[in-house]
Amino acid sequence: MLEIKNLHASIHGKEILKGIDLTVKPGEVHAIMGPNGSGKSTLSNVLVGHPAYQVTQGSATFYGKDLLALSPEDRSHEGLFLSFQYPVEIPGVSMTNFMRAAINEHRKYHQLPPLNASEFLKLMKEKRAIVELDNKLANRSVNEGFSGGEKKRNEIFQMAMLEPRLSILDETDSGLDIDALRIVAEGVNKLKRPDTSVIVITHYQRLLDYIRPDIVHVLYKGRIVKTEGPELALKLEKQGYDWIKEEIGE
Amino acid sequence: MQEEKEQNELINQVVNEKYKYGFTTDVHTEIIDKGLNEDVIRLISEKKGEPGWLLDFRLKAYRHWLTLQMPRWAHLDIPPIDYQALSYYADPTQKKPRPDAPKSLDEVDPEVIKTFNKLGIPLEEQMALSGIAVDAVMDSVSVKTTFKDKLREKGIIFCSISEAVRQHPDLVRQYLGSVVSYRDNFFAALNSAVFSDGSFVYIPKGVRCPMELSTYFRINARGTGQFERTLIVADDDSYVSYLEGCTAPMRDENQLHAAIVEIYVRENAEVKYSTVQNWYPGDAEGRGGVYNFVTKRGLCKGRNSKLSWTQVETGSAITWKYPSCILAGDGSTGEFYSVAVTNNRQQADTGTKMIHLGRNTRSTIVSKGISCGRSQNSYRGLVRVAKEAEGARNFSQCDSLLMGSHCGAHTFPYMDIRNETAVVEHEATTSKINEDQLFYCNQRGISTEDAVALIVNGYAKEVLNKLPMEFAVEAQKLLSISLEGSIG
Repeated sequence: MLEIKNLHASIHGKEILKGIDLTVKPGEVHAIMGPNGSGKSTLSNVLVGHPAYQVTQGSATFYGKDLLALSPEDRSHEGLFLSFQYPVEIPGVSMTNFMRAAINEHRKYHQLPPLNASEFLKLMKEKRAIVELDNKLANRSVNEGFSGGEKKRNEIFQMAMLEPRLSILDETDSGLDIDALRIVAEGVNKLKRPDTSVIVITHYQRLLDYIRPDIVHVLYKGRIVKTEGPELALKLEKQGYDWIKEEIGE
Repeated sequence: MQEEKEQNELINQVVNEKYKYGFTTDVHTEIIDKGLNEDVIRLISEKKGEPGWLLDFRLKAYRHWLTLQMPRWAHLDIPPIDYQALSYYADPTQKKPRPDAPKSLDEVDPEVIKTFNKLGIPLEEQMALSGIAVDAVMDSVSVKTTFKDKLREKGIIFCSISEAVRQHPDLVRQYLGSVVSYRDNFFAALNSAVFSDGSFVYIPKGVRCPMELSTYFRINARGTGQFERTLIVADDDSYVSYLEGCTAPMRDENQLHAAIVEIYVRENAEVKYSTVQNWYPGDAEGRGGVYNFVTKRGLCKGRNSKLSWTQVETGSAITWKYPSCILAGDGSTGEFYSVAVTNNRQQADTGTKMIHLGRNTRSTIVSKGISCGRSQNSYRGLVRVAKEAEGARNFSQCDSLLMGSHCGAHTFPYMDIRNETAVVEHEATTSKINEDQLFYCNQRGISTEDAVALIVNGYAKEVLNKLPMEFAVEAQKLLSISLEGSIG
């Protein structure tokens, strides 16, 4: 579904990604790990089309479409979802209004009529249950006054609403206590279908205890330097990244 | 929920619309010669068949005006205005000169009726919006007031001010200039000298007005000024909600609009005054547009009286406007809710004055400025608590939202507190719609333009919610149109 070839990208003229190759097939769960500053968040931002990043070389296709040529909103409509590391607050815009705008834009793109109010509310209620999101939060402004854990749950709630084909979870575990981590991870697992894929970006094994990856990559200095099975994450947890640096000759 | 949904759909519909009220009406209009002098004032007074005391009022105001200079203290760059190059009276309803306004719709030029239909203001009562009585004013003349007779059954007077002068001279004489003196300021003096039409409302004791009253102002003729005057009197224990809407054709030249609204509120009475101001704002380079210099003030004379101003200001090239409350009655309440949007080269200097004179008086100010393009948007407000005003309370909140980096937002709050029991709070915020917010919306599938509309309507919600429903929807549409192209 996703095929990235030799992807180079920079921000403010500084090259961060220096030739990424990555293939994600339907149904797969990939974990991307790596030390701070290796380019993990840049990769997710580039994939969803954040305007601050420039792609300087390489390609990315999503179900055969040139992903890099699509606007950020059309990438969303095509089924690409990012759970933000730091979800922004949008004062004055209720979650309900925000979500309805999003859902109806998606439906419009797929030539479906907009949901009416009662259908929409029913959907909200159903999806809220997946991450145990309180009704009160759904009536508040987007992320405004949410705790760190509530913001992350709210991200997964939005993922549930939009039913993406590929979800990127950018350090979704950061700032979560054990219970919130479990709720969020179980939410992701409940949403997993045989044909949908997930890229989990994380520093820690503890999230991967819940969301089991099929493939683990190590991103270092803008390149994927190692790709193995789930045992790689356990090894990194125990030994850190120094052995990888040695392996690649640093 | 359903309302919100409809409102969002409307926003989507109109995001790509331009100023849609910019058409002109080709109608025979009697326009008097350009220039301003005592003879012109006598002519206006004569055309309206006014009594001698009113002509005297006008002449006094004119003579006072001659001694005044245009105010320069606002944060506005106002080009020189040649007051002799304007015509002060334009009447689109007359085929032949006549001493008074038309009596029935049959006498009105069908083009004028069509104009108001096109603006969404049908003047035939059977087609009119239910629950809203309309006084339709084009240029200097009231074309038609709907539901007049129905209101009359309750003792409510709702008519053009010219008609009120003829039909209810004692009431008009008692209240005209009682809240805004002709000596008040430059534009108030000018208006008092040459005012043409506007609405007159009288709500008798104990009457709750059963429908929304509204005036729709339309400038059509070229090279004229519009000087409307509205006077609202709410007697003891009465209630009225009044709406005002304004549009003008797109013209390269600037048009002058200098209005006065006076409101007199007696004991336990309540007046809600809502404005959706959408005069032509000029083009993207700042050519044309209406100069909107308006004096609006209410006197809360009686105990426990209440006056609430709500305004949505999206139009005009230049806005100079401070709807105010004089809280004279003990326990009286003043409110001011405002959304002012400036885009392109528009300039707005707007706010309010809350003058606390009585004991235990309260006021609330919520001002939301939205600046885009190369516009300048200022909030200017005064809270004054007099020495005798024990227990006065004020809460002010002034928020500015900026889009882009070439616009300006300014806040000029003045406080003059002479009684130490007063509790005065002021909160102010300045925010920018930031790229992260827009990108977050984009990532969820919402386009940037829709995201801006969503965020701005959210920001202005507190004020929009104060508007009557019909106007709230209209106002949301307007916001979207005004913001078009604001994110570059």
